Amino acid sequence: MSTALEVGTENCAGPETGEITPALEKQAAELIARYPVSARSAVMPLLHLWQETFGYIGPRGVEWIAKKLSLQEIQVLELVTFYPWFRQRPYGKFHFRVCRTLPCALGGAGKTFAALQKLMGLKPGTHEGAMVSADGRFSLEYSECLASCGTAPVVLCNDNFHEKVDEKKATELVGGCS
Amino acid sequence: MACREHRLVFKNIDVRGYTRDIACYQKHGGYEILKKGLAMGGGAIRDEVKKSQLRGRGGAGFPTGTKWSFIDPAKTTKPIYLICNADESEPGTFKDRQIIHKDPHQLLEGMILSCFANGVKLAYLYIRCEFTEGWKIMEKALEEARAAGFLGQNILKTGYDLEIYVHRGAGAYICGEETGLIESLEGKRAYPRIKPPYFPAVLGLYMCPTIVNNVETLCNVKHIVDMGGEAYAKIGRSNNTGTRLLCVSGDVVRPGYYEFPVGALTLGQLINDVCGGIRNGNRLKAVIPGGSSAKVLKAGEVYKIKEKGLDGKMLDKEVGLEDLRLDFDTLAAAGSMAGSGGVIVMDHTRDMVECLANISAFYAHESCGQCTPCREGVLWLKKILGRIAEGHGREDDPALLKEVADRIAGRTICAFGEAAAWPVQSFIAKFKAEFSARISRNGSASRRDTISLLH
Repeated sequence: MSTALEVGTENCAGPETGEITPALEKQAAELIARYPVSARSAVMPLLHLWQETFGYIGPRGVEWIAKKLSLQEIQVLELVTFYPWFRQRPYGKFHFRVCRTLPCALGGAGKTFAALQKLMGLKPGTHEGAMVSADGRFSLEYSECLASCGTAPVVLCNDNFHEKVDEKKATELVGGCS
Repeated sequence: MACREHRLVFKNIDVRGYTRDIACYQKHGGYEILKKGLAMGGGAIRDEVKKSQLRGRGGAGFPTGTKWSFIDPAKTTKPIYLICNADESEPGTFKDRQIIHKDPHQLLEGMILSCFANGVKLAYLYIRCEFTEGWKIMEKALEEARAAGFLGQNILKTGYDLEIYVHRGAGAYICGEETGLIESLEGKRAYPRIKPPYFPAVLGLYMCPTIVNNVETLCNVKHIVDMGGEAYAKIGRSNNTGTRLLCVSGDVVRPGYYEFPVGALTLGQLINDVCGGIRNGNRLKAVIPGGSSAKVLKAGEVYKIKEKGLDGKMLDKEVGLEDLRLDFDTLAAAGSMAGSGGVIVMDHTRDMVECLANISAFYAHESCGQCTPCREGVLWLKKILGRIAEGHGREDDPALLKEVADRIAGRTICAFGEAAAWPVQSFIAKFKAEFSARISRNGSASRRDTISLLH
């Protein structure tokens, strides 16, 4: 069997209710300092920070960021709804993104996706975007080009990148999730 | 041998024992060119870049020296910004990934030189967030460069100050468009700005003069400073100078990334000699030569191309697909483009309806939604292609697709409109019979799924 798959540093599952620690505040201040001309530029870095810490961006995250940067909440929320990477609900502990764009499709991304879906026991949900398993362990979605077309098909699991993921390798990946 | 690689930017990529830390980079001569550049002065670097005839490697192929010359550091009262566009997201392109992951300091050295040349004191590296590891690598590389005195205050005691920060995108293709990228960096939705008046060189980041250059372009600046603009211009061909990183994907035996002098080899040599030909013993059917936005080229096509003869006169030549030289001007003359260097190869088993449906689904997903023809039109393209692929096509669908595509191109704020329309226009024009045949078969029997997924 393959080696255990690390979750990585990215938290995809939430909950968003965790404590806002001094360490998090410090990280946020450092990010804001990168934009001496306009603090508003720090919205995206703070959204990333929040999502990686709490799993997704709910009203609490939007409010926290807006207050920090002296923005209207809508100026934060409109980025969450525009950029596909940001999510407003928790995904699985192991979140898989399968590239679906042409070179990966030619390389069999559809078969990889179907294999992962079966292995995770996922059914298409009512939500746009990712399918999430009932126990919150797995989630799966298609992604657009991940810029590694020469090693198609490619898969991102949380922040770990995997190349040439055929059905066999997909089985190993899911089996390695602990 | 005609097909020998000329590795300049990729010199240390995948070389055994080469690591991405600053010690290894410096052991291989890293940051020596920066010292040379700082001694030359900014104006001299800009002159060399102009002489090199370097063209931008992000997709549009605009001359870098000209782009820089729109800004005069001596006359500008506002701060000047530089942004490295590392949002590599054109389907078929994976060259910048190699540089970021395997030789990050080369990029930083090129970037610092470019900033110095243009009087930039604050620069950003806009990296797509899907490069999760690449982001951490660049953060670390920046830290190392700062600690070594190549960044920050009074760089190498020359009195020059520069700070570079990484800024992560969030999954939107449109951020590769330079004004969309700037909006995104300002903390907004990445709606591209209208030009005029918002040329980045005049009203860029924070309404100040801004230079946006691709990763590969900035790496080339380092080599231009190293060897001089004239020597660099001797690599490749006139108006198509230097080397080019080519990314080959799809149905070839050896997909991958390669570096050749621009125009040094033909499409046929790239596919057959470099990449080992079409895989599974299949035949070539179609090639997209410059990222998925580029118009498709069909096997067996012959193009009428004007080329400068040895006596300097322009000659009309007939050139077959596999004999097309891989440079900016030849691919443009063949009705497509060199774009971002992403070559996607399709073999004869692939259904062109399905390939195009896949491409159009990408553009439908990635339209930023600002301009009506694009926001509405690309969704129509996806919908119509989806129904043909699903076996519910209508007789006049090919004509309708062309009409919708024609009404998007040229009617949008940014070039995304063209990027979405060109594949449709070219696939329909070149493979019309295939579209019609599929529609005439219709019903569940027409579903083939030759690309492993339909949408």
